[in-house]
Amino acid sequence: MMNLITKLIGWIDERFPLTSTWKAHASEYYAPKNFNFWYFFGGLALLVLVIQIVSGIFLTMNYKPDALFAFASVEYIMRDVQLGWILRNIHSTGASMFFIVIYLHMFRGLMYGSYRKPRELLWIIGMIIYLALMGEAFMGYLLPWGQMSFWGAQVIVNLFSSVPFVGPDLAILIRGDFVVSDITLNRFFALHVIAIPLILVLIVVAHLVALHEVGSNNPDGIEIKKNLGPDGHPVDGIPFFPYMVVKDAVAAVAFLIVFVSVVFFAPDMGGYFLEYNNFVPANPMKTPEHIAPVWYFTPYYAILRAVPPLFGSQFPGVVAMGVATVIFFALPWLDRGPVKSIRYRGPIYKGFLAAFVVSFVGLGYLGLMPATELYTWISRVLAVVYFAFFFLMPWYTKIDKCKPEPDRVTSK
Amino acid sequence: MNAIKKLGMLVLLMAAPAMAIASDAGVHLDKAPVNLQDQASLQRGAKLFTSRCLACHSANYMRYNRLHDIGMDDEQIKKELELPEDVKVGSTMQAAMDSNSAKLAYGVAPPDLSVIARSRSADWLYTYMRSFYTDTSRTSGWNNTVFPSVGMPFVLSDLQGEQALETEQHDGHDVKKLILKTPGSMQPAEYDAAVADLTNYLVFMSEPSKLVRGQIGWAVLAFLFVLLALVYALKKEIWKDIH
Amino acid sequence: MTENVDQGKRRLLLAATAAAGGVAAAGAAAPFVMSLMPSERAKAAGAPVEVDISTIEPGTMISVEWQGKPVWIVRRTPEMLELLAKHDDSLADPTSSVPQQPEYCNNATRSIKPEVLVVLGVCTHLGCSPTYRPEVAPADLGANWAGGWFCPCHGSRFDLAARVFKGVPAPTNLIIPPHQYLSETKLLIGDDDKSKLKGGQPADKGAAA
Repeated sequence: MMNLITKLIGWIDERFPLTSTWKAHASEYYAPKNFNFWYFFGGLALLVLVIQIVSGIFLTMNYKPDALFAFASVEYIMRDVQLGWILRNIHSTGASMFFIVIYLHMFRGLMYGSYRKPRELLWIIGMIIYLALMGEAFMGYLLPWGQMSFWGAQVIVNLFSSVPFVGPDLAILIRGDFVVSDITLNRFFALHVIAIPLILVLIVVAHLVALHEVGSNNPDGIEIKKNLGPDGHPVDGIPFFPYMVVKDAVAAVAFLIVFVSVVFFAPDMGGYFLEYNNFVPANPMKTPEHIAPVWYFTPYYAILRAVPPLFGSQFPGVVAMGVATVIFFALPWLDRGPVKSIRYRGPIYKGFLAAFVVSFVGLGYLGLMPATELYTWISRVLAVVYFAFFFLMPWYTKIDKCKPEPDRVTSK
Repeated sequence: MNAIKKLGMLVLLMAAPAMAIASDAGVHLDKAPVNLQDQASLQRGAKLFTSRCLACHSANYMRYNRLHDIGMDDEQIKKELELPEDVKVGSTMQAAMDSNSAKLAYGVAPPDLSVIARSRSADWLYTYMRSFYTDTSRTSGWNNTVFPSVGMPFVLSDLQGEQALETEQHDGHDVKKLILKTPGSMQPAEYDAAVADLTNYLVFMSEPSKLVRGQIGWAVLAFLFVLLALVYALKKEIWKDIH
Repeated sequence: MTENVDQGKRRLLLAATAAAGGVAAAGAAAPFVMSLMPSERAKAAGAPVEVDISTIEPGTMISVEWQGKPVWIVRRTPEMLELLAKHDDSLADPTSSVPQQPEYCNNATRSIKPEVLVVLGVCTHLGCSPTYRPEVAPADLGANWAGGWFCPCHGSRFDLAARVFKGVPAPTNLIIPPHQYLSETKLLIGDDDKSKLKGGQPADKGAAA
């Protein structure tokens, strides 16, 4: 039997780089042995992507992308499709979990300088994934065609109309209509179901290719490839298969425990994962009292609302929100520090990073709240802190007193 | 670091008053005694719903035979809910009145109630159905403290009776209270229990899978914990190779 | 690489984890596969149909829809029933040995009541709906025709017990659907669970988890 399998693999290897790929990217791909908790989130993101695609496929079998039938078709899935409610809850929970995982994944990058040379392109590709993911989530949210779906889309697409000169036409182009309508729903459906997922998968592949080209960073921020052993492999590295695979398996099961707990015990998550107002069918004639985007967009929404109208236009707010989203791209070039990892940085960087976290979480919270005068002022302060983290970085990373990096990885 | 900590604490402290502001503007909601395990209550609520609410409201996503989940079989469904001969148990709960006529009569189409307990909370529904009062300034003659200027007339006034909204003096300032002026066929406690049953049923109807998702959840979690123990042991074993 | 720290234990642990992982995968696949089964809407639409047969004239056929397909109910005359036994050698399956009918219709007339035939009007060749030809010896069907059905698509022929003749494309007798009599005049097509007669527990609990 084993002889047969060996022969089969040999036959394939003569025609397809099966074994060589396995070796290069799994059994002989070396990863730093000091990976900690923060290094689980990339693998978990891949797991959530698969969960969303598979659950999405089965939802698409029963969902109807028509303004007259969309809301009803979601209830059809919840009630009439056998165990359809599990599929729907998996997909709605997965959407929020995707952002939790991705934000923690990005935070790891900030902490350990994973965006630094030679991983700038890896970081950029990751940022493209993030933008695609935001688009995917935004479009997916319109599909249930509830009040929040409709009005959230209406508000956000209207933002585009504030762009000078081309704004109104741009908004009409996106909607395909003068207001968000059945036409918008149908095209968002096409983009959400196939266009962006296809792009996402391709960019994720590119992300992994870029990663494997330079090798992973690690919590100490030192390059393990600089220290090779007599066998030519990094002395501080261990083969991805089986070591990292089995370690990620533990993380995956632990993650699934959290995931399953939400799916079966609290799929609404207090109205944050499945919003209460979205159980009211979309009514273009009735604007809800309080429109807020889903929680994972709220930091940027808070920044948008914090900027007052200038010259009679909301556009500066839109620009601020846009810059807040894409400023991450510039990180590899903003950071002028001598070391990569926070473990060896001085107090100034640590202070700024902590302030950034507070501002991100604080803005996220404020974005969910109504825009009272007090909240708007606090949002302005936090927005300044947010931007300061990035714009002042070339200065404070240079003057910061860092500690010397070790030669070998440590396990703190 | 100290400044950061202070700022962090400030952000956390903001959460407290924000929670109060975030809750619904001032109207106190009574706690609805929801118990999805109480099949008798759910069945009473189902009967009340189909006999009194389906006259104007639809529940288009709810099938009659879904009531199997709360312990009723086809015969009981047909008999207890007084289904007409031509209505099959597999069909969905349609309103007796069509929505256009209803809109003409009440100014706004009565909303479909299939998922009403997911958009309004159980507490809201429970309090709403007990907070109607007579209001001669309105065409329907009714108003509601939980939903001011509501289009719905109070269809259960024969059960609860008629309430009026009166102002009382408490510690120097005005407090509005609902006072029962004309008794109905039910005592107040009896009516509250009936509304509790109705609310219970509405919660069930909004998400029938709620009855079982907890049970399935525990089974899945139990299994995953076993799997976690195994895969963790495997990881420890494999990692013995690494020094 | 390793100082063989109990390979046996390692293999056992791997096998146990793999087995548990397999169960996890099967469990995870369950809702996806189950969602492909008929939904409550499909079941409601395909629910059994009640038919009042008191108005069917002898010798005539009515057609009702069940699960999207035509079901024929024929009130056969005594003459028709008599002719049924006379052409067994022209039939491909005169004794209904192929299970195209429920147990209780595995008889000479392929029915519960001898005079009332309940049959699915779908040709067992490629699915067309045959035409009812009750008349004896018409010009186009020949002198030996004792009444039955003729399928216009490819020429298959069936007798008045819906049994297929030899030498035609259709391979088997027409299907008799499950059915039962709720009374002398009321027929329930699509459900033969006897407990329905006295209003007992429904056969299909219906609601999914």
